[in-house]
Amino acid sequence: MALDTEKRDFKIVGTRAPRPDGIDKVTGRAQFGADKSAPGMLVGQILRSPHAHARIKSIDTSAAEALSGVKSVITSADFDKASNSFNQDALDNCMAREKALYHGHAVAAVAAISPSVAKQALKLIKVDYEVLPHVIEVEDAIKPDAPIVQECRQAADTPAGLSQNITHQMSFGHGDLDAGFAKADLVIERSFKTAATHQGYIEPHACLATMGSDGKADLWCCTQGQYYVRELCADFLGMETSQLRVTASEIGGGFGGKTTVFIEPVALALSRKAGKPVKLVMTRDEVFKATGPTISTFSDVKIGMTKDGRITAAHAMLRYQGGAFPCGTIEFGLMSAFAAYDLEAVTAEGFNVMTNRPRQAAYRAPGAPVAIYPVESVVDELCQQLDLDPLDVRLKNAASKGTKSSYGPTFDDIGLVATLEAAKAHPHYSAPLGPNQGRGLSCGFWFNFGGNTSVSLNLNADGTVGIVEGNPDIGGSRASISQMAAEELGIPYDNIRTTIADTSSLGFNDVTDGSRVTFAVGLATIKAARDAIQKMCKRVAKLWDIDEDAVVWEDGYAKPAGPNAGDFEPMSIAEIAAMANSTGGPIAGHHEVNADGAGVSFGVHLVDLEIDPETGHTTILRYTVFQDAGKAVNPDYVEGQMQGGAVQGIGWALNEEYIYGDDGLLQNPGFLDYRIPVASDLPPIEAVILEIPNPGHPYGVRGVGETSIVPPLAALSNGVSRAIGHRMYQLPMSPPKILKTIKG
Amino acid sequence: MVKVVVWGSLRAATNGAATVDVEAVNFKDVLVQLEQKYPGLKPQIERGVSLAIDGTIYRDAWFTPVKPDSEVVLMPLMVGG
Amino acid sequence: MSKIHVTTTLNGDQVEYLCEPQETLLDVLRNQLDLTGSKEGCGSGDCGACSVTLNGRLVCSCLVLAAEAEGNEIDTIEGMADGEQLHPLQQKFLDHAALQCGVCTPGFLVAAKALLAKNPNPTEVEVRYWLAGNLCRCTGYDKIINAVMDAAAEMRGA
Repeated sequence: MALDTEKRDFKIVGTRAPRPDGIDKVTGRAQFGADKSAPGMLVGQILRSPHAHARIKSIDTSAAEALSGVKSVITSADFDKASNSFNQDALDNCMAREKALYHGHAVAAVAAISPSVAKQALKLIKVDYEVLPHVIEVEDAIKPDAPIVQECRQAADTPAGLSQNITHQMSFGHGDLDAGFAKADLVIERSFKTAATHQGYIEPHACLATMGSDGKADLWCCTQGQYYVRELCADFLGMETSQLRVTASEIGGGFGGKTTVFIEPVALALSRKAGKPVKLVMTRDEVFKATGPTISTFSDVKIGMTKDGRITAAHAMLRYQGGAFPCGTIEFGLMSAFAAYDLEAVTAEGFNVMTNRPRQAAYRAPGAPVAIYPVESVVDELCQQLDLDPLDVRLKNAASKGTKSSYGPTFDDIGLVATLEAAKAHPHYSAPLGPNQGRGLSCGFWFNFGGNTSVSLNLNADGTVGIVEGNPDIGGSRASISQMAAEELGIPYDNIRTTIADTSSLGFNDVTDGSRVTFAVGLATIKAARDAIQKMCKRVAKLWDIDEDAVVWEDGYAKPAGPNAGDFEPMSIAEIAAMANSTGGPIAGHHEVNADGAGVSFGVHLVDLEIDPETGHTTILRYTVFQDAGKAVNPDYVEGQMQGGAVQGIGWALNEEYIYGDDGLLQNPGFLDYRIPVASDLPPIEAVILEIPNPGHPYGVRGVGETSIVPPLAALSNGVSRAIGHRMYQLPMSPPKILKTIKG
Repeated sequence: MVKVVVWGSLRAATNGAATVDVEAVNFKDVLVQLEQKYPGLKPQIERGVSLAIDGTIYRDAWFTPVKPDSEVVLMPLMVGG
Repeated sequence: MSKIHVTTTLNGDQVEYLCEPQETLLDVLRNQLDLTGSKEGCGSGDCGACSVTLNGRLVCSCLVLAAEAEGNEIDTIEGMADGEQLHPLQQKFLDHAALQCGVCTPGFLVAAKALLAKNPNPTEVEVRYWLAGNLCRCTGYDKIINAVMDAAAEMRGA
């Protein structure tokens, strides 16, 4: 649905409207995943593998089943075979079948009358493990003699001769690399390593499952996509989709980590067997061990540049591990790596490899942060060696409308140049720096998506409006959706209530991901509002006994189109709604679509930091985020996404990592040793919003949620490198690692 | 005839060609013709693909029309976080 | 194993419950007393989402045994508003959009209230260090700090 051609002065879109769920959240009334209970409810708990890799020879649950207070015990035998291999992987990840594939992999579960009985029951389950050799790091997993994580998982079109752990290989790009490098005055080639991180949402996964003897089930869970949860759980339990109703609770953070299932099928299976509701809540330890961290990577990047700053050729070799199952994130890494640049010769190639680690899940722009980090680092090193201004070099090579992107399509209107120019003009860029201080910058990018969306907009008899949509609100989208509807209908924002439907109450919706909600649900809401307007005008035309196209909608009123249409008093929504029953029945607008036309969002981050030469500690002095939002429907929430993503990226760059022992066991599954940023680590984060309209949305909206995690990794690495006078090639740059580099 | 741009690692299935020609009028047609003409593309198409048509990415949109002068780029299926 | 009988004052009201010896105050608040405003983010005192005050002192309720509440005064997020009237901190959090998912918000509000009771005129750095025991993953803390500083100013009558 294209950008509206007529320019308009927005009255509500673009304002900082208060969020509808605000009172509930500041009073503690809002119900999150673990906040619901049911009469007769049992407590579910999961038994997890203590080994990084082991064959499960047998599981004896008899003693657990016999324990008083235990109502059901399940293993993988209690699930159906999934309908395709991707779903089977998701199911095997929820409950191990033949092998425990990572430390913490679920092997069995119990439902009991209290947590202490459940805990006792788990201890009574006897699992006969045959411990196998394990492999953890990318470089080890690709060796020909590496332990094989899973047999026969290599894609049919993978070149022969690679380790069986490599699941597939890909490349993107165009042009003649050799000729390009030959034209360069300076070519730099470097290798980089990044560790796995976790989305770090403060709310652990939690659900309440109730399955009746008639095969119908209700599931309450914190999720980014209740329709997808329904699809997977119905598949795993051999149910018709319509028999399972999934209700999304308020969600305490997701960032991509709650776009799949971990405990939900387990809770349903326990409930089915016990004939009672089962509540299952993960501990923080379980969240780290057995949900979906990011990939870890080992990459090489080679870039050639002329002395006046033009990139002549660029090559990246990216190697990702996504845990013990095939993982497609390498594709987004390869496509995004050079997306910011207008290049004649570019190739990004790489592969995914399996390891004995938990199955990767998406984390805000999956694959992109760790692909763009090495690219922006090498560009910065080239700028340093050629003594060129890093922003000018980005501007000189920036992609813009008409650029053939490194991943294939030609760009339409994009905001990269605007964000770069805004950064250059900002006082931050010219602020003086002191000793041990450095300034870093990086571009960042995410594709953004549309996707399957259903919206229903219902008129109440008093002229207020209820909007029903199907996407859990992870960033303030209910406010933005209400704002867009209020704008279209011409009624006050407070007259609209937007609620999130369960799977039985509305048509299908794709998961909340891909920065798609303000774009796609917004677009569908606008269309639904216009649909309702058309229906209201039709009713009024009938009442006035004139042609339908003689009635127009303006500022919340149905009016005659012109003096020729007749002399009628304008009618408000309240008046039209009041007579709905007598003029044909209830009035509603709706729209169902598989939305396309999402606009990419580019961002630039600037950071000033200071390194303590004695401890290697990094203090962030100043941080500014520049990002193109297309059209900022609610600036508060756009700023919130920019600031939140930046801080996640800061944590990724400076401290966060999964630490494994030689035994393949995760050593830091808790917030004490997996150190995410706290308030005292940070200065204020300035957010500068740019608006280059997306031609694919009526108001020009671009998704903004994901791009902001992409630039911080290289921005911080570049800043630290300049502050200490040595380049850094590994993340996280924790104090011991910085000290080691300083000391040589 | 529509020109379809094929990404690097798929070119092994198109005899090294970065751009191939198919007779197609819409999204679905493009995929059907590609599979028929270049059977080596089948595994990837089955895993899932998007098509970028004149700069807009379509994830799963069979009836989206494709013109002879459209820029059509084959891409992996997109997911986010 | 018999349960322990506890009598305590909760948000100003007298309350009684039975608990197992190992149960935490957080367990009892959420599972017995239906006060689900305090959240379990980690169970080990690292995230602050379960923050309450015990005799006016800021504590993680996941680190307090339910039995320890005997004879003491507990204040949770549910007691912060006065009927329909929001506490200035709660109102400022809304005005400044200082929450996104909201799961850490009760903990932050209880912690900020405890700070302002002790120090009505904190600097920004003092606010950041006081709140370092409360993790937020959504906001980057920026708008939270602004909200607390603004609420402090309003409460001082500034």
